[in-house]
Amino acid sequence: MKNGLGSVQSVLVLGGGSDIALATVRVLMDERTQRFVLGVRDPKTFGQVAGSLRAGHSARVDVVAFDALKFEAHQTFVDDIFGRHGDFDLVLLAFGVLGEQAVSERDGAKARAIVEANFTGAVSVIVPLAQRLRAQGHGTLVVLSSVAAERARKSNFVYGASKAGLDAFAHGLGDSLAGSGVHVMVVRPGFVHTKMTVNMKAPPFATTPDVVAKAIVAGVRRNAHTIWVPGVLRAVMTVLRHVPRGVFRRLPG
Amino acid sequence: MIAAGLRGKSIPDPNGETLADGAQRLLAGWGRTIPTRARVRRVAGPDDVGAVFGTVWPRGVLARGLGRSYGDAAQNAGGEVLDMTSLQRVHGLDLERGTVVVDAGASIDALIRLLLPFGWFLPVSPGTRYVTVGGAIASDIHGKNHHRDGSFCEHVSAFVLQTPAGERMDVTPQGRPDVFWATAGGMGLTGVILSATLQLLRVQTSHMRVVTQRTADLHDTMARMAAGDGIHRYSVAWIDCLARGRRLGRSVLLGADHATVEDLPAPSRSSALVRLSPRGLAAPCWIADGLVNRMSVAAFNEAYFRRAPRKRHIAIRPLDRFFYPLDSVRRWNRLYGPRGFLQYHFVVPFGCEDAIRGALERLNNGGCPSFLAVLKRFGGQQGMLSFPMPGWTMAFDVPATAPGLAALLDGLDLLVAEAGGRVYLAKDSRLRPELLEAMYPRLAGWRAIREQLDPDRVMRSDLARRLGLAG
Repeated sequence: MKNGLGSVQSVLVLGGGSDIALATVRVLMDERTQRFVLGVRDPKTFGQVAGSLRAGHSARVDVVAFDALKFEAHQTFVDDIFGRHGDFDLVLLAFGVLGEQAVSERDGAKARAIVEANFTGAVSVIVPLAQRLRAQGHGTLVVLSSVAAERARKSNFVYGASKAGLDAFAHGLGDSLAGSGVHVMVVRPGFVHTKMTVNMKAPPFATTPDVVAKAIVAGVRRNAHTIWVPGVLRAVMTVLRHVPRGVFRRLPG
Repeated sequence: MIAAGLRGKSIPDPNGETLADGAQRLLAGWGRTIPTRARVRRVAGPDDVGAVFGTVWPRGVLARGLGRSYGDAAQNAGGEVLDMTSLQRVHGLDLERGTVVVDAGASIDALIRLLLPFGWFLPVSPGTRYVTVGGAIASDIHGKNHHRDGSFCEHVSAFVLQTPAGERMDVTPQGRPDVFWATAGGMGLTGVILSATLQLLRVQTSHMRVVTQRTADLHDTMARMAAGDGIHRYSVAWIDCLARGRRLGRSVLLGADHATVEDLPAPSRSSALVRLSPRGLAAPCWIADGLVNRMSVAAFNEAYFRRAPRKRHIAIRPLDRFFYPLDSVRRWNRLYGPRGFLQYHFVVPFGCEDAIRGALERLNNGGCPSFLAVLKRFGGQQGMLSFPMPGWTMAFDVPATAPGLAALLDGLDLLVAEAGGRVYLAKDSRLRPELLEAMYPRLAGWRAIREQLDPDRVMRSDLARRLGLAG
């Protein structure tokens, strides 16, 4: 159960191998979370990372196989996880792909792959997750969106569109779950230095997985519904949303 | 013997949670920190409880009274919650011997209104009169007279317990001491208490004779309290938490006894057992976080301390103003804003006075704004999970948003556990589960009895889930 000061005891992470997910797990371990279940695509190659997470901590870390693209398996996956592990106080959806904009603009299959991972796969697993959380009467679902979801840019609009869909879905779900004891928090980070962005040039307000992780834990603590990381992006995006299209198109990056 | 309903109409729920049958509701404790959703069923008669136990509920069942536990003790996320507040008949009142048989949902407020005109009062009275008899037993509550009269359950001569297995047990401390003392302080996890027989206290008036004095520092406060044990039935110190240095622990010390007719001024003597004062205004719902901050609290504490007379002072005060000062502002828990607040309430054995000093110093240095802390002396206890033990007990309220609060309270937990003390489960919302067994050494024995009464683990609460109470 979440305690009176907003600390959680049990956490399920889907996309457990992502840098932001791992950073969040580390922050929570230093608090008082006792139980983690990490859903990763290939548990075999994850053994070493899991071992380093467990080192020096008493928390229990279980690793399970989860594939965002195996839509038909999602319901069974969720039933099985909740059946075996009981309640989760926090569910973090951290999987996603960035793709290559230049390629996906010209290759329909590549564009579809991005949308299927970031949007279709997420929706497909969120629906049974939300049902479980609703039934347990408490818990927080954290969905990793992006500032790219707020206004599509020519440099990454396939990714942006997939996150925009997810962002809208999560906000609607949050309203639908109001009064159920379940909170949905949407996280909109700016550019984050991760293995996903290692070959890219960092724009202004770039941040790190550790900063995002701390912001997530702080947001969960106060039941926030939307957070931007860094926080200044909230103001920046409010301005950018209203920049005339002709100007927006010419902005660098 | 008088058998009657307490009043013609049901008592309005001061928490605003008058709940329809089987409605999905968000339930929180008095501190409003961790609301969770449950299906709330209003229990209209004792048979309703047995009927609920006739069905298998995947997320368990819990009884709830007036919701005055600060944390998550009266919540059952995703499960069934029985609203007991309609179950409030008086089955018998013996005015010669001073006993009352009453349903578990009856509030202390209703009982006092019934009993005082006859010259009877409850032998143990908590800090609010809006708690139910069932809740008082489940938390084995205490009052300002614990050092001489013990906790609430020591004045309960019997109760009826509906176990989840379908048995309706008449439990007395002589007949079934194991079940009695596992249920007293058992946080509602041994079954549902349906009714109880209470031993009452004879009083001549509805007033208190209150001796007020200021103390200079913690040593002075503790010395005077220890010396006052045998003098006053009730005693409590309000410590100014923000006083530092040589003033650390300066307090307003209250010692009190029930006023006799002779204590009252002559014109009041003919109506010595009058009704209590009406309820005051409610705190509004729009108060934001942050009203209770270091500055506002410092001003309040200074004023409270200055208001107390410098010299020892004796006054006759209405009983409710002495016992339940906060009840005069309805829903005062809203003053802390929507993020809520918590109360840290702990006890350390006699001989560990340094732990009290340490707690005050940390509270001071931590910069958490707390109103007056309350310091009391406890006597012994019998309940297996009851909070009291012979020693010093201290409680203070803090807003949940106070910076550094988690680390401060974690540190206090260790201080308390190392001193052989414990925190109060009815107030808790954040204890580390690892410390539970150290603080409650009879936990294993309690679990064994609980397992017999509820082998299918039907009785569940958020508190039990969070702390792993049931094992």
